[in-house]
Amino acid sequence: MLRNLRQLLRYRGLIQSLVARELKARYRGSVLGFFWSFINPLLLLLIYSFVFTVVLPGTRPRELEPYALFMFCGILPWTWFSSSLGESSNVLIAGGNLIKKVLFPAEILPIVTVLANMVHFFLGLPILAIFLVYYRAPLQLAELVWFPAVVLVQLLLTFGLALLVSSLTVHFRDIKDILSNLLTFWFFATPIIYPMSQAPEYGRQILNLNPFTHLAISYQEILFYPGPFGHWKWLIALGVASFALFALGYFLFDRLRDSFAEEV
Amino acid sequence: MNAIEVAHVTKIYRRYSRRRQFATLKSALLSGSLISDLRPDEMFSAVEDVSFDVSEGRTFGVVGRNGSGKSTLLKLVAGITKPTRGGVRVRGRISALIELGAGFHPEISGRENVFINGIMLGLSKREITRRFDEIVEFAELKDFIDAPVKTYSSGMYMRLGFAVAIHVDPDVLLVDEVLAVGDEGFTRKCLDKFGEFRRRGKTILLVTHSLGLVERFCDEALWLDAGHIRAIGDPKRVVGAYITDVERSEERHLAAGDARAREAAAAVPDASRLPDHPVQTGETPPDMFRATEGRWGSRDVEITGVDLFGDDGQPSHVFHSGERVTVKLGVTASRPIADFVFGIGIFNADGVCCYGTNTDLEELTAVELSGSGTVLLTIESLDLVEGTYKLDVAVHKRDGFPYDYHRLLYTFRVKSRTKDVGIFRPPHKWEFSPNIKFKDAGRWA
Repeated sequence: MLRNLRQLLRYRGLIQSLVARELKARYRGSVLGFFWSFINPLLLLLIYSFVFTVVLPGTRPRELEPYALFMFCGILPWTWFSSSLGESSNVLIAGGNLIKKVLFPAEILPIVTVLANMVHFFLGLPILAIFLVYYRAPLQLAELVWFPAVVLVQLLLTFGLALLVSSLTVHFRDIKDILSNLLTFWFFATPIIYPMSQAPEYGRQILNLNPFTHLAISYQEILFYPGPFGHWKWLIALGVASFALFALGYFLFDRLRDSFAEEV
Repeated sequence: MNAIEVAHVTKIYRRYSRRRQFATLKSALLSGSLISDLRPDEMFSAVEDVSFDVSEGRTFGVVGRNGSGKSTLLKLVAGITKPTRGGVRVRGRISALIELGAGFHPEISGRENVFINGIMLGLSKREITRRFDEIVEFAELKDFIDAPVKTYSSGMYMRLGFAVAIHVDPDVLLVDEVLAVGDEGFTRKCLDKFGEFRRRGKTILLVTHSLGLVERFCDEALWLDAGHIRAIGDPKRVVGAYITDVERSEERHLAAGDARAREAAAAVPDASRLPDHPVQTGETPPDMFRATEGRWGSRDVEITGVDLFGDDGQPSHVFHSGERVTVKLGVTASRPIADFVFGIGIFNADGVCCYGTNTDLEELTAVELSGSGTVLLTIESLDLVEGTYKLDVAVHKRDGFPYDYHRLLYTFRVKSRTKDVGIFRPPHKWEFSPNIKFKDAGRWA
């Protein structure tokens, strides 16, 4: 596995160009082009804000003001996470031509998917920053230094899951459909559009098992809530678990690698 | 030193079956080997126990029928698939021309695709920048390089793919039948590029159906048949053995076809019981446009057997252009007959009569035919171009009334090393004054 990772390092130039290609190709031909990276999360935010402030007012606690900012802290990373998984379920099958015809480490494909979505996430951050400044969010430098750590843990977690999902989908194509439904469920099972405090007592135990809960809470604590970052123990635990998951994902991917060229 | 070493390589594929490779997630996680839990009837070995070495700087050709495992072998050498058993070692940088432009993304420009494809094939960005103009020039795409690849014609796409792959400057070049595509000029250019590779001491592994290319180009050749090595060594010898085998299997195929035709003809009722059956009144050739296979006649004289013999005196259905061929008819007369004419006609696949003659046209006057006998017609030199031909044989009265007419029931093939065209190849030779020089002048001498 270490040898494989070192080999991956050799291919970083390729990963770089493929991510760039992915981003270029995605919006090629559309009028707004790169602006879609900004517009997509904004529109999603607008919809949820409309639902929870106009259609269903009063369902949220008072302390969650400004509500849009609260949701934005969770939606932006969630979009990165869910698009990465959704796309990686199909990435090996779509890239079948490469796997069958070009000598090429296949894990590059899911990795590129995750990284390309990460770039979209980064492109959304300036908008988040504008929101933060506009609402005069209580930012503290001591909290903000945790931000890269949260991103890194999310990256590791997403890599691990993407490797699992992409390699297994080659053999079990149903995963793709299961996953798209699962991700919708997962979104609502994560405290993104509601705070953890609003969940019932028994539900909190379950929510704590959801890895993205801790990422969402971490983002919210750093960017939205005042006071020191108190979730760091959970974050570190999640970091360790994510690394284990990444190792498992890579192991499985490596094991199934030889079958890709025959199955896709 | 060997650039490529292939040792006892076997590649087993799973046959398509409704049973999934892994029935459960657990088996996917736990089962170590991908094929260990397969029943024998679910396996298919594309390549079996193949071993060969290619030493550095040699050009190695692989020939074989469709589905013989050539491409699998190439993919194994390229490392795209792993052998089930055995080992493959390749020294140096590999570039595989398996499918050109496999990594192109249709939405982005040719320029960007050249970079990404180049990096995929193992070049660094700087190397590509340095070779970029050369690549574009080779692909003849100067005016289109900034257009998205989806707007390219398939030829342009392929040229760009080839140009990138060939400029990777590999130590070992793997080529899979990519020369079959592309126009004359581009193919020429590719061949020149291969020649240049050879001169620079690079190793080439070439999979192709173009036997001429193997003979001209390769230092060594391998003939793969159903995953097994059938012959390996000198390309002329290997190609020769391969051609012979192809002919033999065509022969079997034609013989089986003949047997079927004969059976079908035997089932056709006699003309005597079919009063409105068209009776051939003219000499051969009859009306070729209404020609269909069949057999008719009164059977007062019956053609009991038709065989073709080649130079070696063995019954055959495949001949070389210029070979001596004998047509042998077995005939039986149910009563003594005085008015009879034997005739044959040779038709090509388009239904054109290439040659037709009979004993009456050649002014042989019939006297008597009784009992059983044989008729031999020897064609000293079968000067036909390559192709599939059908044979008419008949015995009839001088006025055309058929005793036994076999219409297009027999098939034979003519093979030729020369791909000349037309119907008839007159014996010929080229001669040139001393100031006109050809490389292969001695070839036909």
